[in-house]
Amino acid sequence: MSPLPPSEPIPTSLADFPEHSPESPLSIHNVTVAYRHRPVLWDIDYDAPKRALVAVVGPNGAGKSTLMKACLGLLPLAAGRVEFWGSPFASQRLRVGYVPQREAVDWEFPVNVLDVAVMGRYGRLGWFRRVSAKDRAIALECLDRVGMADLAKRQISELSGGQQQRVFLARALAQEADLYLMDEPLAGVDAATERTIIEILRQLRQSGRTVLVVHHDLSTVPEYFDHVLLLNTRVIAAGPVQEAFTPDNLHATYAGRLTALDDAAEALARLREGRPPL
Amino acid sequence: MTTLTDILFWQAGFNTSVVLIGCTLLGASAGVVGCFAVLRQRSLVADAIGHATLPGVMLGYLLALVITGEGRRLPWLLGGAAVTGLLGVLAVQAIVATRRLREDAAIAAVLSIFFGVGVLLLSYIQTLSTPDRGGLTHFILGQTAAMSRTDALMIGVVGLAAMLVVIALAKELRLVAFDESLARAQGWPVLVLDVLLMAVITAVMVVAIQVVGMLLVVAMLIIPPAAARHWSDRFAPVVVLSGVLGGLAAYAGAAASAVGENIPIGAAIVLASGVAFALGLLLSPRRGVLLGAFRSARLRFVVRAQHRLRHLHASRHARPDGFIDRLLLAWLVRQGLARRTGSRYETTARGDEACDLAKRAARTWQSAVGLDQSVRLSPGADAVEHVLSREMIERLEQDLRSRRKTP
Repeated sequence: MSPLPPSEPIPTSLADFPEHSPESPLSIHNVTVAYRHRPVLWDIDYDAPKRALVAVVGPNGAGKSTLMKACLGLLPLAAGRVEFWGSPFASQRLRVGYVPQREAVDWEFPVNVLDVAVMGRYGRLGWFRRVSAKDRAIALECLDRVGMADLAKRQISELSGGQQQRVFLARALAQEADLYLMDEPLAGVDAATERTIIEILRQLRQSGRTVLVVHHDLSTVPEYFDHVLLLNTRVIAAGPVQEAFTPDNLHATYAGRLTALDDAAEALARLREGRPPL
Repeated sequence: MTTLTDILFWQAGFNTSVVLIGCTLLGASAGVVGCFAVLRQRSLVADAIGHATLPGVMLGYLLALVITGEGRRLPWLLGGAAVTGLLGVLAVQAIVATRRLREDAAIAAVLSIFFGVGVLLLSYIQTLSTPDRGGLTHFILGQTAAMSRTDALMIGVVGLAAMLVVIALAKELRLVAFDESLARAQGWPVLVLDVLLMAVITAVMVVAIQVVGMLLVVAMLIIPPAAARHWSDRFAPVVVLSGVLGGLAAYAGAAASAVGENIPIGAAIVLASGVAFALGLLLSPRRGVLLGAFRSARLRFVVRAQHRLRHLHASRHARPDGFIDRLLLAWLVRQGLARRTGSRYETTARGDEACDLAKRAARTWQSAVGLDQSVRLSPGADAVEHVLSREMIERLEQDLRSRRKTP
């Protein structure tokens, strides 16, 4: 990339870039993320559409979870910028809900289902403020939406995988966000839970929200989602399912390993760690 | 001479009472703070802090000796302990950050290196001819004799303050401990909360080492939460119970040490909380080993009795065959499923009905899990049919019927 001429003002917001819109709930601009000098995401540029269910699809190690964590500031960006509705994440936190992978927490932790769902309200509470009856009522209502209200008093270690996933979903719903990032919410759940979760995703879209979902089952992408983001270290394709979810793009995402890029990254990592080049 | 009852009922003089109160507050505080340490998975780090305080105590002694002419000044010793304790944590973090070692190995390395430096300094101090160097070994294994009133007071105050800090931040600390990524996404300063927690843990440990010694101090933080966990699955009860158990154990240990001249306070406290832990492990209604063993033995017995009932139903009547068989039949009679005439047993009407139900359960269960009727289930799977209730069987049957209608 050539340096900007001195006369041109340096862009301060993604809205200054013609390809990004401040209307978009999530704008990712030139984002690169590296683990120990090894790039996991390379030059990601993406605008999430309004009112949409977006499947984030790609092989293992493609950087799908990393992308979500990087957007939420859980991982440092090596380069690039992420904005939500044209503003930095810090000012939009409450409007962004996150469903981590189930394995991210210790399910032996001494809390019950309602305790976990209420945690979705913590972001609104602030320091030292205690959970109010209203917060609890909202959390219970969200548990009801995912069909877990009967188990509100159940210790979380006694839940099945699908029930754990639904508790996480209820916790995110309790936050009452406008954009949701969900990391494999359908992993290892039974058919009934999958139907429940998809129904809730559709309700979210209906009410004008956008949901990004890391998804593994390619066969259900056209049925469940209207947009897709094909990812393998780079964005392979993105857009409405009927346009972007093509055999050619899928082949590029899954089969075509980006060998040159991998080799370059490996060489760079070796150099930085002081190991001899291959 | 002071007796145990004197001490337990606060009759052993003002000084002993103050020491008891100080120790109890410290124990309760360590129990409460320890819950957060355990749930944030900082138990081993806490152990590293404990060991890393030793060189600080010795350096504090030497510094005080050089500057004030008298080495054994408590603020200097504890200040030094806090500094090297925190240095130990930082060393662990730094080693983990290089990703050359896993956290457990890093902790073990830091813990032994700091402790080694401490021992080296200690043996150097022993070669000096200062009169007050003797008490320093107390920081390793704890005290045997009673501590002074001011020491006890300070311990109690620091313990109380530490407890209040974590209780005030309970919501935030619990969130970080359960789901760090959510906490960070919600904008909580996880690093600040972690540092604060480590600081509180260090404060408790530093004041505790002069009582229980740095080798045992981690037990005061870790055992009460582990013991409390046996009795509850909810956060607040676990924290409260852990504080109560920690306080009781410290009280019992301090009392025992005040009675028996040669009983070290630290060992007595750790032993008392160890007893509480073992009792919970054995007796807890939810997770206890004894009740668990009893429940599975009862299930095995019921399964065998039901098999015996079916057998009896098929063969119409039978004589008991051996001791266990006699027990099984006696149990069936008590349940009203079989009756005894002379030395012969036969099923009652209720017993016949129960057999039919069990057969239906077995059949339905096999169909429901999609097995051929001829398949013999493993004993474990076989046991499932014995725990199906009548409603569950009927629901399964209904489910199967509707599935057959719509293939």
